Amino acid sequence: MELGLSAFVIFFAAIFTNNILLTNFLGMCSFLAVSREVKSSLGLGFAVIFVMTCTSALNYLVYYHLLVPLGLEHFRFIVFIIVIAAFVQLVEMVIERSSPVLYVILGIFLPLITVNCAILGVALFMIIRNYTFLQSVAYGAGGGIGWTLAIVAMGGIRQKMRGAPVPKSLEGPGITLIIAGLMALAFIGFTGMIQIQ
Amino acid sequence: MATMKSRAIFVTGLWRENPVFRQILGICSALAVTNLLVNTLIMSLGLIFVTSMSNVTVSILRGVTPPRIRMMVQTLVIASYVIIVDITLKAYLPDISQALGPYVGLIITNCIIMGRCEAFARNNPVLPSLLDGIASGCGYAFVLLSVAFFREMLGFGTFFGVRVMPAAWTNWTIMVMAPGAFFMLGAFIWVVRSFGPKEEKPETAR
Repeated sequence: MELGLSAFVIFFAAIFTNNILLTNFLGMCSFLAVSREVKSSLGLGFAVIFVMTCTSALNYLVYYHLLVPLGLEHFRFIVFIIVIAAFVQLVEMVIERSSPVLYVILGIFLPLITVNCAILGVALFMIIRNYTFLQSVAYGAGGGIGWTLAIVAMGGIRQKMRGAPVPKSLEGPGITLIIAGLMALAFIGFTGMIQIQ
Repeated sequence: MATMKSRAIFVTGLWRENPVFRQILGICSALAVTNLLVNTLIMSLGLIFVTSMSNVTVSILRGVTPPRIRMMVQTLVIASYVIIVDITLKAYLPDISQALGPYVGLIITNCIIMGRCEAFARNNPVLPSLLDGIASGCGYAFVLLSVAFFREMLGFGTFFGVRVMPAAWTNWTIMVMAPGAFFMLGAFIWVVRSFGPKEEKPETAR
């Protein structure tokens, strides 16, 4: 990991060249389940961006200011998942009280997020790659935006494909995976621009 | 009763309700670690261990866990076993631990394990739960190993690191990159689903 890599670069790399969904395969479960149409994809996408940005900051602080000084690095899996679950729960309660509009948009998606491996994956990647605080937050935000970009694009494609004559046994997950493969191929085109690991 | 029932559990986990093909669970790691057979094998063993042990634990605790907080309890149980796997890998197979990176930790959010705890271990005694965990784990391992077999063969021309393709073979680099994983798994699901939902014969053939 070169030290010169600024948060700005990481932010864009996480969106395009190292798209968390298409190159690291994180968050596939909800990707396959929710990407049937643009509207719900967008809702889940926003929820992911928000939670991912905040939890990557929180997890960074917890890891470097609580676990490392105490020598408890091995417990990071448990701690991260608790932080994520608690944060999601908290956000759900706050949104429910303060903003009914936002609750309608994000509400049903929030519980799904706790088990979205992209959130935990981002936290683990930032530890493995030794990011600084700013880099971690940039990676979280960029990762969330990249994930949203991919799922919304997929939602659009699947919406258009509704009338297409897909072989019976390829319907659903099969064709979605193949489309995702084509999208990943397209995203590889960005690789020349920037590279993080 | 024991033999009949455990056989049924195994067939269900391995084929009829194969977690990857039929229920589309645990796709993340199925795609990420399948570029080399060795990594895949280690990952699958780790997953079988975690699935079976957390099934057993959840089953033992099923009488004393308040239903309200059961998800939290299950997550903690799973996370504890994942930590054991992670530490073991770091100690004995540091290279592979490096290669698998965060995906070992991501076993926690692998929906297969949570799904089995929730659907089976929560209402069943210990022994069937253990079998169910092993069966689901093996179903997952079977899919991963088959995907990895083709990806490594086409992408590197090797089988467990030993070169099997003739020298004239040109490696399909795309197969070890991300899109190859998507194509391969998509094609696999296509092939398996073409057998039709009631097909059970291939189970005995394998």
